[in-house]
Amino acid sequence: MIEQNLSLLLVVLPLLAAPVTAILPQGKAPWLLTLITTWLCLILASWQLSLVTDGSVISYALGGWAPPWGIEYRIDAMNALVALLISGIAAITLPYALHTVEKEIPRHQLSLFYAVFLLCLVGLLGIAQTGDVFNLFVFLEISSLSSYVLIAMGEQRRALTAAFQYLIMGSIGATFLLIGIGLLFVETGTLNMLDLHERLQPIMHHRTVHTGFAFIVVGIALKLALFPLHLWLPNAYKYSPSAISVFLAATATKVAVYIMLRMVFTVFSTDFVRATPTDHIFLLLGVFGVILASIAAIYQTDMKRLLAYSSIAQISYMVLGMGLASALGVTATLVHVFNHALMKGALFMAAGALVYRVGSSQFKKLDGLGRHMPWTFAAIFIAGLSLIGIPGTAGFISKWYLVLAAIEHQSWLIALVILLGSLLTVVYMWKLVELLFFRPITDPALTVTEAPAWLLLPMWTLIIANIYFGINTELTVGVAETAVNLLGIAAIHE
Amino acid sequence: MWMTELPPFVPFFIAALMVLISSGWPRNLVLLVTPVLAGLYLWLDVTPGTVLTVPIIEFELVLMRADRLSLLFGYIFHIAAFIAAIFSLHERDTTQAVASQLYVGSALGAVFAGDLITLFIFWELLAISSVFLVWARHTERAIRSGMRYLVIQVSSGMLLLAGALLQYYQTDSLTFDFIGLEGISGWLIFIAFGIKCAFPLLHNWLPDAYPEATPTGTVFLSAFTTKTAVYALARGFPGTELLVYIGAVMTVFPIFYAVIENDLRRVLSYSLINQLGFMVCGIGIGTALALNGTVAHAFSHIIYKALLFMSMGAVLYRAGNIYASDLGGMYKSMPKTAVFCIIGASSISAFPLFSGFVSKSMVLAAMIEEGYDYIWLVLLFASAGVLHHAGIKIPYYAFFAKDAGIRTEEAPLNMLIAMGIAALLCIFIGTQPSYLYALLPWEVEFWPYDTTHVLTQLQLLLFAVLAFVWTNKIGLHPHEIHAVNVDIEWLYRKLLPDAAAYMYGVYKRIGYDFIESAHASLKATARTISRTRPGRFHLAASWPTGSMVLWIAVILGFFLLADALY
Repeated sequence: MIEQNLSLLLVVLPLLAAPVTAILPQGKAPWLLTLITTWLCLILASWQLSLVTDGSVISYALGGWAPPWGIEYRIDAMNALVALLISGIAAITLPYALHTVEKEIPRHQLSLFYAVFLLCLVGLLGIAQTGDVFNLFVFLEISSLSSYVLIAMGEQRRALTAAFQYLIMGSIGATFLLIGIGLLFVETGTLNMLDLHERLQPIMHHRTVHTGFAFIVVGIALKLALFPLHLWLPNAYKYSPSAISVFLAATATKVAVYIMLRMVFTVFSTDFVRATPTDHIFLLLGVFGVILASIAAIYQTDMKRLLAYSSIAQISYMVLGMGLASALGVTATLVHVFNHALMKGALFMAAGALVYRVGSSQFKKLDGLGRHMPWTFAAIFIAGLSLIGIPGTAGFISKWYLVLAAIEHQSWLIALVILLGSLLTVVYMWKLVELLFFRPITDPALTVTEAPAWLLLPMWTLIIANIYFGINTELTVGVAETAVNLLGIAAIHE
Repeated sequence: MWMTELPPFVPFFIAALMVLISSGWPRNLVLLVTPVLAGLYLWLDVTPGTVLTVPIIEFELVLMRADRLSLLFGYIFHIAAFIAAIFSLHERDTTQAVASQLYVGSALGAVFAGDLITLFIFWELLAISSVFLVWARHTERAIRSGMRYLVIQVSSGMLLLAGALLQYYQTDSLTFDFIGLEGISGWLIFIAFGIKCAFPLLHNWLPDAYPEATPTGTVFLSAFTTKTAVYALARGFPGTELLVYIGAVMTVFPIFYAVIENDLRRVLSYSLINQLGFMVCGIGIGTALALNGTVAHAFSHIIYKALLFMSMGAVLYRAGNIYASDLGGMYKSMPKTAVFCIIGASSISAFPLFSGFVSKSMVLAAMIEEGYDYIWLVLLFASAGVLHHAGIKIPYYAFFAKDAGIRTEEAPLNMLIAMGIAALLCIFIGTQPSYLYALLPWEVEFWPYDTTHVLTQLQLLLFAVLAFVWTNKIGLHPHEIHAVNVDIEWLYRKLLPDAAAYMYGVYKRIGYDFIESAHASLKATARTISRTRPGRFHLAASWPTGSMVLWIAVILGFFLLADALY
C-alpha cells in the first residue's frame, strides 16, 4: 500500500504537515513536527531510491488518470537521487535549525517559519518527483515563493532587499520557463515530458520549438544562478537565516540543475543540444563562471558571501559537465550536485555556527575565532579540502569525473580551467583559514566558546559524509551512471 | 606477528593522531616506539612481493607494493625517522611533532605506492606536511620561504597528476612502473619528479627552505623529500641517459655556491644537491651496478646527511646562529658534537672506512664500466669539491678556525644519542659494507676495498685537503661574510617582478597620451552608464536589480541569435 503510493506520499506528507504546523502553538512543537516530517520523507526517499537503483522506472498516475492526459509522477534513478538529497539535507538541517532559528526568528513567527519551510520542501520534492512540465512549473513556484519568504525572515533589514531582488529575478526566470512551456504546448498539445519528447522529434527544426527551448534554458539558468545570471544569489544567501542558507545552498540551485538536465536531455535530446549552440554556450559560460566567480570569491569580506560566490563557481562546474554533453560529463554533473550539497551544506552550517556565536559573518568579526571554536574550524578545513578536490574527499570524485569527461571530449582548455578553478579555491579557502586561525583575536575581552552540540552534530555528519562519499562512490557514481543511462545520452561522435 | 598487509604509512598516521592528543613522556614514547615497531614489522613480516590493493571508484589503488627496491627505502626511512625522533625529543612543539609523523608516513606511502594516484596523494601530503616544519620556526623569512617551498612542491604534484591522467587516458593503466620519456605524460611526470629531486634550475626550493626550518625540522626534511624523488626516478626512469648529464651538472654547480655560502646549513643544503647528483647519475646509467650504487648511496647518504644536519642543528640550538663568519672554536664547548660532525664529514667526503665511500664508489665504477669517461672526471672533480665544502669547511668553520669566543654547553643528551647512533651507522656501513650490499635490490658482485679504489680516493682527498690549506694560507679562499648569494631564484624573486615593474613604466611613459585619452573617453562612457544605472560595476559587489534584468535580456538575445546563425 505504502509502496504503491510512495512517490505521491513524499510530496503529500510535507504538504499536509505544513498547515498543521502553522496552527501549532509557538515553541518547540512546530519544530518537532517538521523534524518528524523531514525524517519520514528521508525514509520514504531512501526507500524510493532502493526501488530504482537497478535502472527500473516507477510511473505513478495521479488520480488514476492515465499518463499523457493526467499528471504522471515518473521516478527513475535521477529523480530518486535528487529527492534523497533534498529530504536528506532537510532532515539534517532541522536539528541544526532548533537553536539558530530560535535565536534569529521572533518567537511569534516560529510556527509560520516552519510551515513555510515545509512548503519549500514540498516544492523541491515535487519538482524532483513530477514527470509533467506544467506541474513542475507549479512546484517551482511553490518552492520559490516560500524561499522568498524564508530569506526575508533574516535578522537584518537588508534581508528584505535581498528577498525582493530574488523575487524579481526568480519571477522572471519562472515566467521565462512558463513562456517556454507554453510555446512547446502550442506546438505539441501535451505537457507530459516523455510525450513531449516523442512529439517534438518530427518538429525539432521549428523556430517556435527553438524559441521555446531558449526561453526554458535561460529561465532555468536564472534559477540555477548560471554566471552571469547569478547576481541575486550572494545577498540571498548572506541575509537569510542560517538554517535557510544551509538548506537553500545545498538544495535550491541543485534542484535547478536537475530541472535543466530533465528539460535538456529528457524533453529535448542530446542531438538537439549538439545541433544548437547550447553546449557551446554552456561551456563558455561555465568557463567564465568558474574563473570569475572564484576570483570574485577571493575579493569578498564576508564569509557567507564568499561561500555564495564559491557556490556559483561550483555550479559552473556542473554546467561545464552539461556542456560536454557526454555520458561522462552528465555523470560528473550529477555526482557534483550531490557532493557539492554535502560540502556547501557543511560550510554554511559552520558559517552559521560562527554567526551564532559572534552575530556576524563579516571578516573583521571572525579574526582568530578558529582557535576558540576548534571543531567548527576543523569542519571548515575539511569541507574546504573537499571543495578544492583533495583525494579522499567527495569533491575529488566529481572533479575527477569532470576532468575525465573533458579529456574524453578533447577539451584541454576545459580540463585546465577545472584545475585552475581548484587553485583559486585554494586561495579563497586559505583566506578563511588564515583569518580564522592565524590572526590574533581582535577583542581580547571577547570570550567565545565552541558552538553547541546541536549545531556541531549535523555539521560533522555532513563532514563525515564528505569523506565517506570520497571513498565509497557506490551510491553517488553508481546511481548517477544508472540515471545517465536512462537519459539516453548519445556517445560523442567525432 | 601482526596482520601481514599493513601499508607502512598507517602506523605513522596513527602516531600523528596520538601525538596530537598527548604530551610529555607518553608523546615521546609514541615518537620513539612507532618507528621501531613499524620498522621491525617491515623487516620481519613483509616479504618482497607483498601487494595490497584497495578498490576506489573504478580503480584498484595499490597502497602497498613491497619489492626489494621499495623495502630498502622503507628500512632506511624507518631508521631516519627513529634517529630524527630521538634528536627532537626535547621539542615541545605539537605542530612539529604531528607534522613530522605525517611527513614520515607520507614518504613511506609514496615509496610503497604501486600506482600513480596513490603516489600523487602521498606526493602532495609530503609537500603539505613538510612545510609546517619550515613554518614552525616562526620567523618572517621562514614563513615566506615556506610559502615559496609549498607553491613549488604543490606544482610538482599538479604536474604529476596531469601526467598520470594523460597516461591513464592513453594507456588505460595507472601502474607505477617504468615510465620513460615517451610522450607528454612521461615528460610531465619526469619534471614533477625532477622538481622534488632538485634538478638544476628546479632546485631552488631546497637551499631556500631547508636552512630556514627549525633545527630538528631540517633533519627530517633532509632525509625524506628528495630521497622519495630519487626512489621515484629509480622506479620510473632507470637508464634514461639524460639523467647522467643532469646528475653531472647537479654534482658540480652546487659546489661553487657551497664554497661561498656563509650559512652552514645552507652549505649542507647545496651539498645535498651535489650528493643527489651522484644518485641521479646512477639512475641514468641504469645498469644493475649503477642502480645498486644509487640505492646504497641514498641509504648511506640519509644517515650521514642527517648526522651533519644534526650537528649543525645542535650548534644552532646552543649558539643561536649558524654563520661561518660568526662561529669558530666551538670544539671547546661542544667536543662530542665536533667529533660526530667530523665523522659525518668524513662519510660525505667518502673517506675509506666511512659509509660514503662504499656506496659512491659503486656509482663511479659503474660509470667507468659504461664508458662515460668524461662524466667520470666531472664526478671526480665533484668528489673533491664535496670534501672541500662539506668535509672540511663545515667542521672547520664551526668548531675550529678563529675562536669566536662563544661558550655554551654541550648539546643536549638526546641530540648526542641521536648523533651517536648515526655516527656508529656511518662507520658500521663503511667497515662492514657486505650487510648493506646484501640488502640491495639487484645481485651484483662488488667490493670497494681493493687497492685501486682506495688509492685513487685517498689521493683525491689528500689533494683536496691540500687545496683548502693552500688557498686558505695565501688568502685565495673566499672569505666568510654575510652576503646574499644569487641563485636561480633571482629569476622569480627579482627578474620577474622587476621586469613587470619595468614594463609598467614603459606602458606609463610611451602609451601615456594614447591611453590617457582612451581612458578619459572610457571614463566618460562609464559615467554616462552609471548615471542611467546607478551602482558600482565590480563583479564582487552587489548588483542592482536592473542590471540583472539586463543580463537576462542579453543572454536570451545571444542565445536566440546564436541559435539562428548556427
